[in-house]
Amino acid sequence: MVSGAPLSSGFGIWNPLLWLVVFVIGLIIAYAVWRSGFSGYRTGSGRGRPYLSGNEEPSKGDVHIRAGNMYWGFTEGIKGYYEQVIPLHTGILTDNLLWIFWVAGILLIVVMVI
Amino acid sequence: MIPEFILSNAPALLIGVPLLGAFLSPLIGRLSRDARALWVLAIITLTTLIGYLVAFLAYTKGTLIYVFGAATPALSIPPDSGGIPIRIILTLDALSALMVIMTVTVGFSVIVYSLSSDSRRSGLEAYYTLFLLLIASVLGMFATGDLFNFFVFLEISSLAAAGLVAYKVEKGRAVEAGLKFLMVSAIGGVFFLLAIGILYGQYNALNIAMLAGMIQWTPLDKLALVLIIAALAAKCGSVPMHFWTPDAYSMAPAAVTAMLVVVSQASLYGLFRFCFTLYGLALTYGVIGWALIVLGVLSMVVGVTMAIPQKDIKRLMAYHSVSQTGYMLLGVGVGLAVLGDQALLGSFGITAMEGGIFHILNNALYKGLLFLTAGAIILRIGTSDMNRMGGLGHNMKWTMILFIIGALAIAGIPPFNGFASKFLIYESVFAFNPVLSIIAMVVSILTLASFVKVFHSVFMGPQLPEYADVSEAPGSMLIGMAILSGLVIITGLFPEFFVQHLIAPAAHALADPSGYLAAVLGGA
Amino acid sequence: MFLNLPLVVVVLLALIGIATILLKRNLVKIIFGVTILTSSVNLFLVTLAYREGGIAPIYTLAPADVMVLPTPHALTLTNIVIGVATTALMLSFAVIIHRRYGTVNIDEIRELRE
Repeated sequence: MVSGAPLSSGFGIWNPLLWLVVFVIGLIIAYAVWRSGFSGYRTGSGRGRPYLSGNEEPSKGDVHIRAGNMYWGFTEGIKGYYEQVIPLHTGILTDNLLWIFWVAGILLIVVMVI
Repeated sequence: MIPEFILSNAPALLIGVPLLGAFLSPLIGRLSRDARALWVLAIITLTTLIGYLVAFLAYTKGTLIYVFGAATPALSIPPDSGGIPIRIILTLDALSALMVIMTVTVGFSVIVYSLSSDSRRSGLEAYYTLFLLLIASVLGMFATGDLFNFFVFLEISSLAAAGLVAYKVEKGRAVEAGLKFLMVSAIGGVFFLLAIGILYGQYNALNIAMLAGMIQWTPLDKLALVLIIAALAAKCGSVPMHFWTPDAYSMAPAAVTAMLVVVSQASLYGLFRFCFTLYGLALTYGVIGWALIVLGVLSMVVGVTMAIPQKDIKRLMAYHSVSQTGYMLLGVGVGLAVLGDQALLGSFGITAMEGGIFHILNNALYKGLLFLTAGAIILRIGTSDMNRMGGLGHNMKWTMILFIIGALAIAGIPPFNGFASKFLIYESVFAFNPVLSIIAMVVSILTLASFVKVFHSVFMGPQLPEYADVSEAPGSMLIGMAILSGLVIITGLFPEFFVQHLIAPAAHALADPSGYLAAVLGGA
Repeated sequence: MFLNLPLVVVVLLALIGIATILLKRNLVKIIFGVTILTSSVNLFLVTLAYREGGIAPIYTLAPADVMVLPTPHALTLTNIVIGVATTALMLSFAVIIHRRYGTVNIDEIRELRE
């Protein structure tokens, strides 16, 4: 009833079932590689504990990177863009309406002239 | 098998059943809370079944019309009216049917979800009344074939949604968000009514099919189209009129937010309906098409770049909703820009429109899923600030899996449905203008980046001591989310089935309005 | 001139409404501005219906004269009701905001922003 035919845009095809088959084959290969590895590791035996130059491990809550600190490099990198765009989001109610009037006006000029 | 009464009156029942359910639910709520919950569930199940029936009829029998107050439902032109369809007519072609399918599916999952997510709030009779009223008005927006009827349903949905957005009050912040939403909707409605007045004054007709036959490209018609585009683009959250979107989406209860996504798609549907079917043979394709494309590209870029530094989980997802709206505007805008040129239309125009319309369906599914998972997290944790969350993957495994499905879908990762519709959009828009396609791909990468941020900061990491006893989300919430995620997976694994049977007829119905006009004007 | 006077009034009311919305800082006055804008569109609709020297569109005992168009009257009535509901909801939101924030100045009702 539901065909597995590929989706075709005018320029290429996409067949998700084929992708799934390849993915499963990839998982099987990964599993085979995992099985042929070291099998003597027991979790919790202290072998995987981090060594921090003799200091003790900080508590769990302090190690977790919070959302506000992620992608700091990205937001610093395009700081010029953000300094223009973020102040536009003032949160004042009538600024929404002002933008609607602006868009209607610009669109009217464009449509009337062209 | 299905009674003749239901088969012939199905479009009217589609709007009537949730409307009746909405107004009877406070009365039934007087008996007990459980009676009201059962009543709401029964109403939405009935609406879903009628919605699928209507969509099936519209897809198999061509454009479906229903005339209120006539001797037979298909009598659109009364014999003594001189060829004018004078009654209010519901017209459902393939695109409307697709939207109805999307609305009832999301509506069903969301009501199942909200049975436990909002069960401990006060004022629940108002909540369910407004919710069912919102669903009824959105279905009305999709089904109607009359301009003023569309305006009335648009206003009903604005009022119901504003009431639902302000439902939680939350020290006044939710009310502020509701006020912003209502103000934008009211001004949009005023612009829209002005456009209706201009069109009525010129052509003395309110029926979309009738107007489509008579409309020309006079300066007043241009003014009306500009007002319609400005009003509906503001209502669907496209940049630069998107400032209300993160406020309203983050302050509403999670179930309502998933429905608000559908409401935004409804105004997007209105935009496409009026640009393609109402003005389709009269407007200059290049100008209006490029206007939609510019709005789309702005929405994509600004939406995703504003989403990355956010710290509130629902605000971040709301900015992504703005960004995904840009994809739809881009795809269908490219289709509109080449509508006059048959060769280009056949080569990539129809594919671009298919991509945009498929993206509407996919976005409602995975964005609804993401908002519902965010609601589950907020319900269990008590805060929506991502700086305070962490390590929830240890406790909320099912929510994490459903979130992963939604996040991979929105980022456009195979094999989920986001990739299927983005594939169509990328390839066809690249043939139109390579720069636009490259911008779309970069936006997709940034989408993945911000959802990796959400995933890591909320679910990954060690189990924090303050969240040691957080339990999994309640059962009905998981069922609601599972329905949506199951559909995400199915539409991802069998995209050709959905495109061929659901999306391609819708795209062809948009590109060629003759079927729509013939059904309404040719009826007797 | 008199034939166009209603349309001139429509434009005037619309401009007053838009100016009130964009320039005033008090939330209640902005809601007034939305109401004025809605009234201007209502007046526009009623103006569209008017026919010179027309009578009310009622068939019972009507003299044989040109009738004013009734459809825009229906549109206007519907819009008046929608306007009432919208204004009522906006004003109730303003009451709650004043109770929680202590102010109705939109420059200070900006809890939600970037």
